[in-house]
Amino acid sequence: MDGFDKLVEYIPLMLEGAVVTVTVAFVSLAIAVVLGLIAASMKLSKSRLSNGIATTYTTVIRGVPDLVLMLLIFFGGQIQVNNIGAYFEWDYIDVDAFTAGTLTIGFIFGAYMAETFRGAFLAVPVGLLEAGYAYGMSGWQVFARILMPQMMRHALPGIGNNWLVLMKTTALVSIIGLHDLVLNAGQAGGSTRLPFIFYLFVAFAFLVFTTVSIWGLRWAEKRYSVGVRRV
Amino acid sequence: MDFTPIFDNYQLYLSGFVVTMKLVFTALAIGLAMAVPLAIMRTSSNPLVNGPVWAFTYFFRGTPLLVQMFLLYYGLGQLQFMIDLNQQFDFLKDAYWYALLAFTLNTAAYTTEIIRGAIEGTDYGQIEAARACGMSKAQTYRRVILPSAFRRALPAYSNEVIFMLHGSAIASVITIVDLLGAARIVASKHYNPFEAFIAVGVFYFCITFALIGGFRLLENHWFAHLRPREEVAGKRKAQQPV
Repeated sequence: MDGFDKLVEYIPLMLEGAVVTVTVAFVSLAIAVVLGLIAASMKLSKSRLSNGIATTYTTVIRGVPDLVLMLLIFFGGQIQVNNIGAYFEWDYIDVDAFTAGTLTIGFIFGAYMAETFRGAFLAVPVGLLEAGYAYGMSGWQVFARILMPQMMRHALPGIGNNWLVLMKTTALVSIIGLHDLVLNAGQAGGSTRLPFIFYLFVAFAFLVFTTVSIWGLRWAEKRYSVGVRRV
Repeated sequence: MDFTPIFDNYQLYLSGFVVTMKLVFTALAIGLAMAVPLAIMRTSSNPLVNGPVWAFTYFFRGTPLLVQMFLLYYGLGQLQFMIDLNQQFDFLKDAYWYALLAFTLNTAAYTTEIIRGAIEGTDYGQIEAARACGMSKAQTYRRVILPSAFRRALPAYSNEVIFMLHGSAIASVITIVDLLGAARIVASKHYNPFEAFIAVGVFYFCITFALIGGFRLLENHWFAHLRPREEVAGKRKAQQPV
């Protein structure tokens, strides 16, 4: 197949797109982890209200496609922000594609992370936490020093799976006009009339992200499982 | 919020619903039919049999569905043989078939790995017993391995079905008027994206939970032998529909 020289010509544009894709993925991951931790603690709390809120959140997210949520937040959110802004007499606030995209993806994967973290929290023996309290640690100290490091080992496989899916979900931001790898490839493919080569390139770029992530996760799992006997 | 434009356009949503269902269930059916032989090949110890299937599933599970669909819909048009085919067959100009092809290959890849996992989880004693009874390899698969593997694969497969339903929303990007496509038309005609997308979200939500309920019924039926004895007895006594 000819046309690979064209691909080389467009490599800078592709790299720019790849940087955007990776940035979106990491920012969304950060949002997802924070939301996931909050929702998991809410699910484990005894308060019926916070329990209900967290359950509603995870149920709604599992029932609605990611693209619908993204379009809702990007197009619908802008109108709501305008309405609220008009009420409080703010200046115009722009809901740009990056904000809408990362918020949506973070919001969606926060729900999946919540399930992962909930299971991982439950896997830590209560005795360890009680020992922490017995030493006079505050709730936050017990969380940061005992619960977090212990539960990470149980959460890592789940986080890894979520991360692999999250990375592929970032492709959707191209639909709301963010210049990520997919949109840039579409434009380059359109102007060179070689869409097949450019989309194939994108596919292989995603395979590279996936493969590198799998290696990284394997390393992390090994690190967090130090001190666990393997059969 | 004003939902009247949604109710005025309910027919558009309904026709979108039909398109979504057709796309998803055709893709799932063909994908499942492909996945069974592929999964058997994937468990083979011969690298020439197992390798190509591994490459297929690695590619389709490692790349976004959106990119796969673009690769087929926009990308194939670049290749000469497709240009020739396009001139011969008019239906190839319809975006529907490219979405269907992308969804089918994608779900086939995921389902292959699900079934492979289930096949590999077969208790080896059962296979030995089948051999001892004089069954051939094909008979062992048909009578022993696959029936139990399908049962074990069911929970993961129900996730895959939901994933496919949600993934199918991207068909609206390549001009197909599925459920989300209908919502996008309503949103741009009446400039009410908030209401239009919330309505379609509710629609997808209902389909999702109807499917989850359906799978729960299947699981109850097929896993009846795994349920604790008291529970089964209790259910019978209470005469509750399962």
